[in-house]
Amino acid sequence: MARDTLTGSRIRERRSIAGLRQADLARQVGISASYLNLIEHNRRRIGGKLLVDIAQVLGVEPSMLTEGAEAALIATLREAAAGAGAPSHEADRVDEFAGRFPAWAEVLAWAHRRVGSLERTVETLSDRLTHDPHLAASLHEVLSTAAAIHSTASILAETGELEAEWRDRFHKNLNQDSQRLAESSKALVTYLDESQEGGDDPRGVPQEEVEALFASRGHHFEELEGGGKDIEGLIAGAPGLTSAAARQVAEVTLGIYARDAQAMPLTEFRAALAQSGLDPVALAAQFQTDLPSVLRRIATLPEGIGGAEAGLVVCDASGSILYRKAIPGFALPRHGESCPLWPLFTALNRPLVPIRRRVSQLGRTAAEFDCMAVATPQFMPDFDHDPVYRAFMLILPASGTEESRQDVQPVGSSCRVCPRGTCGARREPSILSEGF
Amino acid sequence: MSRHVLLVEDEPNITEAIRFLLMRDGWTVDAHSDGADAVDIIRAARPDLVILDVMLPGKSGMEILRDLREIDELRAMPVLMLTARGQSRDRDMAEKAGVSRFMTKPFSNAEVLTAVRDLHAQATQS
Repeated sequence: MARDTLTGSRIRERRSIAGLRQADLARQVGISASYLNLIEHNRRRIGGKLLVDIAQVLGVEPSMLTEGAEAALIATLREAAAGAGAPSHEADRVDEFAGRFPAWAEVLAWAHRRVGSLERTVETLSDRLTHDPHLAASLHEVLSTAAAIHSTASILAETGELEAEWRDRFHKNLNQDSQRLAESSKALVTYLDESQEGGDDPRGVPQEEVEALFASRGHHFEELEGGGKDIEGLIAGAPGLTSAAARQVAEVTLGIYARDAQAMPLTEFRAALAQSGLDPVALAAQFQTDLPSVLRRIATLPEGIGGAEAGLVVCDASGSILYRKAIPGFALPRHGESCPLWPLFTALNRPLVPIRRRVSQLGRTAAEFDCMAVATPQFMPDFDHDPVYRAFMLILPASGTEESRQDVQPVGSSCRVCPRGTCGARREPSILSEGF
Repeated sequence: MSRHVLLVEDEPNITEAIRFLLMRDGWTVDAHSDGADAVDIIRAARPDLVILDVMLPGKSGMEILRDLREIDELRAMPVLMLTARGQSRDRDMAEKAGVSRFMTKPFSNAEVLTAVRDLHAQATQS
C-alpha cells in the first residue's frame, strides 16, 4: 500500500492516542461518523480544509498525518520482515504498521539494527578467534604459562619432602611464570578491550595500518587531488603508520592513488560519470587508462555512486587481500580466507576478462550487490617469465530490481561464518552450522 | 625394563616440572626444545615414549608426528601430545596423524603421569 494512502490509518492512530471516539471527532469537524470511518480505513482520500481541521482537533501538524514514517524506518522494517521470513501479505503492510504504530515501529527498527550490529560483532570476533595470529599467540602464551604454574604448584603442594635444590628452583620458576602470566593476561585484556572500543585497531600489521589510514580519511585524500604529490608529508603526518614496512606499503598505495587522481581529475571524472553513467570500460577509454584504475577511482569518490558508498577489494595472485574498502552489508574478512565464490577470484581465474556479477552475501539481510572485477598483469609481460596477476573488484549496492533472482549469485564472507550448508567451495565447517 | 621419555617442549618451566615428575616415577627424561631437528633427535635417541608439544619453533608438533609415522622403526612409538589448542578439529587432526594420546594445557600432573604409564604399558604388552 502506498504511503500517501495511509493518512486514514494515521488519523485513527492519533485519535486513539487522543482518547477520542470516532463520533466525537466526526462531530467536531462537521462530518458523519460513517464518513470518518471510511477515511480511517483509507477508503476515502482526504485533504484540504478537512485534513487541517482534523489535525487541529488531534493537536498535530497536518504533515504528521500525511507523510507518515520516514523512508529509512520503512526500509529497516522491510529488512526486518525479510530477515524474519514474514509472510508476504504481512510484509506488504509494513507501511501501514509504521503509520499506525510509529513508536512500536521505531522499537522494532531499533531492535533490528541492534541485532545486526551484534551479529557483525560476533562475526568479527569469531573471525578473529579463528584467524587472528596475534590473538592465537596471546592465548597460547597465557595457557602455556598457566600450565607451567599449575604443574609446578602441584609439585610443591603435593610432594611431601622435596630436596632444597628442587624446591628453590620451583619457587623461582613460579615467580617467573606468575610474572609472565600477569603480563600476558594484561596484554590480552588490553588487546580485547581495544578491539571492542576501536574495532579497527591495526595492531602493527603493515597492511592493516595502511588500511586504517585510508579508512580514517574515507579513502579520499584531498591533498593528492589536483596534482598534489606530497606523499612523504602525508605519511609523516600519519602516526598510525608505526613501522617502516607500513610506511613503505603506504607510499606504494598512496602513489597509486596519486596516479589515479592525476589520470582522472575529480571534476572531469565526475562530469564523465554524469554523462555516460557507470560504465568503467567507457571511462577507461575516455581517460586513456586501464580498468583497475577506473574501479579504484570510482571506489574512492568521496560522494560515492548515486549517493551510496562503493566498496573495493584488491588481491594478488595468491588470493591475499591487499586493499579493502568495506561497504555496509558486504562482510570482508579481516585476515584473508575470503569466499572463493567472489567475482574477484573468478576474475583471477580469467585474466583480462571483465567480470560483472550480481551477488547476495548469505547472512541476515542477504542484501544484493553489483560486483565488477578484472585481473590484470602486475607488471609488463616478459619472455620466459610467467605473468603475475592482481585482481580488483568494485562492490556497489544493487541498483534496481530488474535482475531475476536466479541471476543473483550467492556468496559468503569466509567459511567459518558462512551459513550455507552445501557449498562445493567450502574449506572448513561453519561455526554457524554447529549452532554457535 | 627401559623407561626412557623424550620430551619435546619449548617452555622450560613445563619441561622442568614434567622432568621432575617422571624422574621421581623412575623414568629417564631427556628434553629438546626445537621442532626443526626433533625427528632426528627422536630417531637417534629411540626413547620408549615421546611427549610432544604442538606449537614448537622450527616445525610444529603435528608435522613432527606425521614424519614419525612415516618412519618404519618409529611408526609404533607412543606419542603423548600436549597442546594449548583444544579444539575438536585439532584433536581430529592429531588423531589422523597417529597420536597415541592428546592432552590440553593446562593439564594436571596426575593426568600426565597416568598417561605416560598407560601408554608405556600398552606398548610393552603389544
